[in-house]
Amino acid sequence: MKLKQIFSLSMIAMLIFMMTACSNSTDETASKQEQPKAAEEVKDLILATTTSTQDSGLLDVLIPMFEEESNTNVKTIAVGTGQALEMGTKGEADVLLVHAPASEQELVDSGDAVNRKRVMYNDFILVGPANDPAGIKGMEVGEAFQKLFNDGAVFISRGDDSGTHKKELDIWKSHEITPGDNAGYAETGQGMGNTLQVAAEKQGYVITDRATYLAQKENLDLEILVEGDEDLLNIYHVMQVNPEKHDKVYSEGAEEFVEFMINEETQKVIEEFGQEEYGEPLFFPYTE
Amino acid sequence: MDLLIEGLKKAIEMLISGDPEIFEITWLTLKVSLTAVLVSTFIGIPAGVILGLISFPGRRFVLILINIGMGLPPVVAGLWITMLLWRSGPLGSFSLLYSPFAIIMAQILVSLPIIIGLTCSAFQQIDEKMLLQIKSLGATRLQTVGLLVREVKIAILAAVIAGFGRVIAEVGAAMMVGGNIRGETRILTTSIVMEVSKGNFDVALALSFLLMSLAFFITFLLTNLQQRN
Repeated sequence: MKLKQIFSLSMIAMLIFMMTACSNSTDETASKQEQPKAAEEVKDLILATTTSTQDSGLLDVLIPMFEEESNTNVKTIAVGTGQALEMGTKGEADVLLVHAPASEQELVDSGDAVNRKRVMYNDFILVGPANDPAGIKGMEVGEAFQKLFNDGAVFISRGDDSGTHKKELDIWKSHEITPGDNAGYAETGQGMGNTLQVAAEKQGYVITDRATYLAQKENLDLEILVEGDEDLLNIYHVMQVNPEKHDKVYSEGAEEFVEFMINEETQKVIEEFGQEEYGEPLFFPYTE
Repeated sequence: MDLLIEGLKKAIEMLISGDPEIFEITWLTLKVSLTAVLVSTFIGIPAGVILGLISFPGRRFVLILINIGMGLPPVVAGLWITMLLWRSGPLGSFSLLYSPFAIIMAQILVSLPIIIGLTCSAFQQIDEKMLLQIKSLGATRLQTVGLLVREVKIAILAAVIAGFGRVIAEVGAAMMVGGNIRGETRILTTSIVMEVSKGNFDVALALSFLLMSLAFFITFLLTNLQQRN
C-alpha cells in the first residue's frame, strides 16, 4: 500500500515538475525573443493566406525575414482563398495574401479590404495521367475542358472555394458547361496537395497551380498537359483588412507587411525561391 | 513497404540530427496534451464521483449529456471554440485564438466528458452493501470517498488513460483553433496532416512514429500506475 502511494505521489510530482519545467522554458524562449526589442511589445499579426504559399515553402522563407525587420509575430493561417477572404470580411485576420482577383475586388468594394497590392504570379496548369486518355495534350484550355467533359473523363476538382477552385469554375462557366453533369467529375474539398494525390491515384485530370505541382512532382504520376494560356494566369495580391470597419485589426503591422511584400528585396527573394531545387522559379515578381 | 522503411529511417535520421524544430513540436504536443489531461482529471474525477454517488433530480439527463460528450467530434469542439474565441466572439478581446491555450481548451472539451463519464460509471457500480458497511463503521464523508476511490482505482485510471488517448490523437480541433502555426501551435498531429498535404510521406511517417512513441511512453507510465498493487 505504501509503495503504491509513494509511486503515485512521485508520478504526480513528476508531472507537476514537467509542467513547471515547460512553463519555465517557454518564458525563457519568450524573453530571449523579446530581448533585442525589449522596449516595444511584440504584437501578433494574423496572416490569412492560401495553402499554396505555405505548401510550396515560400512563407517559411519570407515570414522570418519580415519578423526580423518588424516588431511583429506573424501567425500564418493557411487555408483556401475562400476561407481567407471570409476571415477578412469578419475582421478575424489582419492581412491577406490570396489569389482570386474577382473575389478580392468584392472585398475592396465592400470596404472590408484596403491597400490591395499585386505581389507575384505563377500560372495554373492542367495536369493528368501520362497516357492522356482524353488526348488533350497541347490543346487550348477551353478546348481541353470541353473535350474532358464530352469524354466523361475523370476530373478531380478542389471543390473548396479556393482560388484554384474559383479559377476552374470560371473556365467551366465561360464555356457554359455544368461540370457536375459529368459522372467522372469529383470534388475533394481538400487542399491542392491532397487533391493532386487523389487525382494521381484515380488517374484523373486536375487543374493546379504550378508551385504546388512542382513541389510534389516526384510523388505524382501526373504530367503537364495544358499550359501557357493567358486564361491560366494565377495572380497573388496582398491586402490589409480595413481597420476602420474592424476595430480589432492590427493595421500598422498589416501595412508594414503589405510594404514588405512589394519591396524590391522581397521580390528578389520571391524570384529566386525554388530555382535551385526545381530548376525554375515557383513564383514571379509582379508588382504594379 | 519501401515507404515504411523510408519513414523509419527518416524518423531515426530526424532524431539523430537533433533538429530543434522536431523537438519543439514534440515538446509542445506533450505540454499541451498533459495540461489538458491534468485539468480534465482534476475536474473530471470529482465531478464523476459526485455524479456517481449522489442522486438528484435531472441526474439521468446530465448523464445523457456526458455520454454524448464522450463522442463529441473534435471538429465540432473546434468550431465552437473558434467561434467563442473569434475577435468578434464573446472572448475575442483576449486574443486567444491560434494559441496553445486554445488547443488546450478544445482538448479539455473532448476529454472531460470521457473522464467524468467513466469515473461516474465506476462509482455507480460500487456495491450498496459496501457503502452501508463503510457508513456503519462510522466513516466521515471524506473517508468514505477516499476508501471508494481506492476501491475503483483501476477504473479511474482507465478513465484517465482513455482521456489521454483522446487528447493525443486529436487533430481536427487543434488544426482549427491552433492554426498549425510554425513554432507556436504546430503539434505532431497537425504537422502530420500538413506533411501529407505537402506530399512528404516519409516525414509524415517519421512523425507518426514519434507520436506513437510518445503515446506509448505516457500510456506505459499510466498503465503501470494502474496495475500496481
